Parts: sequence; C-alpha cells; structure tokens
Amino acid sequence: MLCQKCKKHAATVHLTEIINNEKQEKHLCEQCAAMDGITGSIGHVPIKGHVQQIMAKFVMSQPEVKETSQLTCDECGMTFLQFRNGGLLGCPNDYEAFKTPLAGLLEKAHEGRTQHVGKIPGGRENKHKRQHAMMRLTRELQDAVDLEDYERAANLRDQIKGLERQ
Amino acid sequence: MNNVTELVSGRGEWLKTRETDDGIVISSRIRLARNLCGFPFLNRCSESERSEIQSLVMTALNGSELAKDYFYVELENLGPLEKELLVERHLISRQHANTEGPRGVALLADETVSIMVNEEDHLRMQVLGGGFQLDKIWQRLNCLDDQLENRLEFAYHEQFGYLTACPTNVGTGIRVSVMMHLPALKITGEIERVFRAARDMRLAVRGLYGEGTEATGDFYQISNQCTLGKTEEEIVEDFRSTVVPRISDYELRARELLRREKPALVEDKVWRAIGMLKYARTINTQETLTLLSYIRLGLNMGLINDVDIETINDLFLSSQPAHLQIISAKRMDSDLRSKLRAEFIRRRLCDHQNN
Ligand SMILES: [Zn+2]
Ligand SMILES: [Zn+2]
Repeated sequence: MLCQKCKKHAATVHLTEIINNEKQEKHLCEQCAAMDGITGSIGHVPIKGHVQQIMAKFVMSQPEVKETSQLTCDECGMTFLQFRNGGLLGCPNDYEAFKTPLAGLLEKAHEGRTQHVGKIPGGRENKHKRQHAMMRLTRELQDAVDLEDYERAANLRDQIKGLERQ
Repeated sequence: MNNVTELVSGRGEWLKTRETDDGIVISSRIRLARNLCGFPFLNRCSESERSEIQSLVMTALNGSELAKDYFYVELENLGPLEKELLVERHLISRQHANTEGPRGVALLADETVSIMVNEEDHLRMQVLGGGFQLDKIWQRLNCLDDQLENRLEFAYHEQFGYLTACPTNVGTGIRVSVMMHLPALKITGEIERVFRAARDMRLAVRGLYGEGTEATGDFYQISNQCTLGKTEEEIVEDFRSTVVPRISDYELRARELLRREKPALVEDKVWRAIGMLKYARTINTQETLTLLSYIRLGLNMGLINDVDIETINDLFLSSQPAHLQIISAKRMDSDLRSKLRAEFIRRRLCDHQNN
C-alpha cells in the first residue's frame, strides 16, 4: 500500500479515527506521518477536527449566512465569518455576540445539550457579569487613551478599580 | 543536562503498572481547558498579553500545592530536540511545540501533572496516571483546578460554563481519555466491535496499528466529545462503569478465545517478537511498536515472564527519535536512528535477562 499523501513511499503508519461518529482511515509513510504529528507512540493526543467536521455539515440558509457572517464581537473585533473559517473564537464575549448562530453548533457538538450543569467557580456567582464589564471597560479605556480623552479615561479607570474591589 | 533532558533518565510515574490492572488500559488522562477573563482567547492575544498570562499563571502556581515541586519550561527557550522530547513524552501537544510566541508548560518531575500555558486555551491542565485510575486522577485535577481558581479568574458563563476558544470544549472543558491496548481483538478480527461501541456511546477513537492483516501495535485512545450539559463526575463515571469495562470485556474474551483455540498462534507471535527485538540490527519506530505490543500481550496473558512490563512500557517512549538522540547526545538521520534503536532495545532486553 502506498502512502496516501506523497503516493511515493510505502505506507507503514495506519491510523483509524472516529470523530463525531465518522470513521476515517489514514495510511501514511513514516515521513508524512511525522509531518502530520503522528508518531509511533502510546500517548494521549488532542482530538482535532471535531469542530470543523460539525461546521462542514452545518448548513445555513442563504439569508442566514448573510446575516450571521456580518456579526461582530465588539470586544475583540472577531466576525462570525472569521470564526467559521478558523474554528476558534476570539474572546469570551463571542459566546454572547454569536449566541444565535452558535446555538445550533453547540447542540450538535454536545448531544443536544445547551446548559452547563458542571462545576461552578466557588463563591463567585456574579463574577461572570463582572468579567464582561471588565473587558468592555478595558477596551474603552484603551480607546479613550488613544483619543487623548483623559477625562473619560480617568472616569473609566475609576470604574475598573471599583469593579476590581468587588 | 537540564530539567527537560533529565526526563529521559526518569521513568514517568504513569508508566508503572499496578498489581490490580489487567494491563488493557495503559494510561488514564483527564484534562481541563480554562481561560483567564479580561483577556481575549489566544488567537487574538498580543505578545505582551501572552507574557502577562504566563506570569499570572506562574504566580498562581507559586501559591498552590505544586509550588515547591513544579518547574516551568518556557518553550521559546528550548531547542527543537528538547521540544520534541516533551511531545514524545506527551507532556505538551505537537501544536504547542510548533507554534510561536510566549508559551510554556509547568511540570512535575514524576510527569503526572502538566499544565500547558498558551496552547489553544490559556490553560490546559492534565493529570496522567498509569493503568485505569480515573477517580483518583479526577480528584487530583479537580483539587488543582480549585487552587488555581482561588488565585485566577477563569472566564465563565452562567449558561455555557467555562468558556473555551473552541466551542467543542465549552462547559466543563473536560476531556477524559484512556489509552487501551487491544491486540487480541485485532488478531480475531473483531476490532469493529470497539468502533461500534464508541459510536453508540458517542466517543472519539484514535487507533494506531501496524502492518498486515493480522497486524498489531494496537493502541486505541478513547475520549469523550460532549463537554456541555453533563457534570464532570457523570463524564468520568461513564468511562469508569461503562466505556472501559465494556471494551475491556471484548478484549478479555478475545484473549480467552485465542488461548483456547489458537494458543500456538499467539505464542509464536510473542516469541518471534522477542527474537526480533533481541537480534535485529536495524528497526524503525513502527515495527518497534508492533513487536513491543506482542510482547506486552504475552506478558499480560502470562505466556512469558522473562521481561518486566515496566521495561516494555518504557521502551515505547525511549525508542522514539528525540529520545534516542538525546540519550546518545547527537543528531542522527533516520537510518542511523534505526541502527541505534535496535542496539538500544537489544541492550535493554538482554540486560534484563542477565540480572
Ligand atoms: Zn508519504
Ligand atoms: Zn470577542
């Protein structure tokens, strides 16, 4: 059997993967396997490609695509389109900014479940609200400094200090 | 030698097997993904934000139970071979080795704990153990997470739980995985049963096997995919009481079948493997994996006892390319490595016998 990738050398590395209930087989030569990060070893490796697979099957209607691809996170500047292409979000706020289009994807990835029921950070029920406020304020502060609006910057700094003290 | 290259002479705690094990689960691992709030995820982080995250994590670690025992490795300060060594020992991912920018890993010398900083998420903490011991591992990881959480603020959302760069990890951020050795199922042609079971239980499987129709080298990593809407304990419990017992049972039955109906076939494979490894003069990593797998099967089935399983477990690691080059302190091409690998294994197996 020849290596699937270079089609030159004999395939000596054989890999079977089941991700998201889809089975994939890879037959590679030693060099191509090494380039793909597959070594002859018994270690735990991250399962990659899960989100891409879900995304590929995740068909949206045309008007939906048009609408959602323009969604932008006002904290990190990430657009939904960039996320779709790269598979990684830009900041914690993206879960809010892209809440609507992410809903279907989360359902597919997590067996239809949409509500966290696991660990809750100890003694900080309100912290998740603070964390969003904190990021927004930090960003606004940066803008104010850039625009040399020192009065506003001072005001924002006070708000940030206030949040930190909580 | 520095902290990193010293790892080759140690034997990771997780390579040791425990009396109670049937040897089917080689190792158990659980990892948690966490991100600090107030920072974007890594693909949007500047160099200085990455450095800041690193120092925040180190400060938090210095206040944790790990304070005295851990050492931190900044990957930017490592040479390619040293990074490769960490990958081969499964202390960092290949992605972590290959990307750029301020990033690192906090390690314990016994290699049971590794905390990658600035990989796909700000923190990827893993606890690794030999054999099948998920409860103990989860307790330890959970406790470590609590301690870091007292000192760091993790991005968290009431509905979505712990927020991660990739939505497939959100919620608990937990990935449980077991590395299983299933050679008998491969020999009896029943490995499909494992794949079917995995699909039923919606698990991810990654299997590596050797050449030929009766191939071996059969190591299967099985992990959960769903991280949202289940508790960490439920996910661990699924593995403990369903996933692992079910798959282990398939393998044990296959071993019994072989013992009953084809004893000569298995013994032949095991003894040939010993013969090859004791006399080969050049050998690549794949063939090594295949042969070590047979020897491991022979040990677990009680067919042989003149090698100990820790030596075999260790050879899986130390016969890899970066290990060989660090042990012999020189860079080598793959032909030379194959020659040295054969020599190295031969020495380890024969040494053992003379003792
Ligand atoms: Zn190739
Ligand atoms: Zn964002």
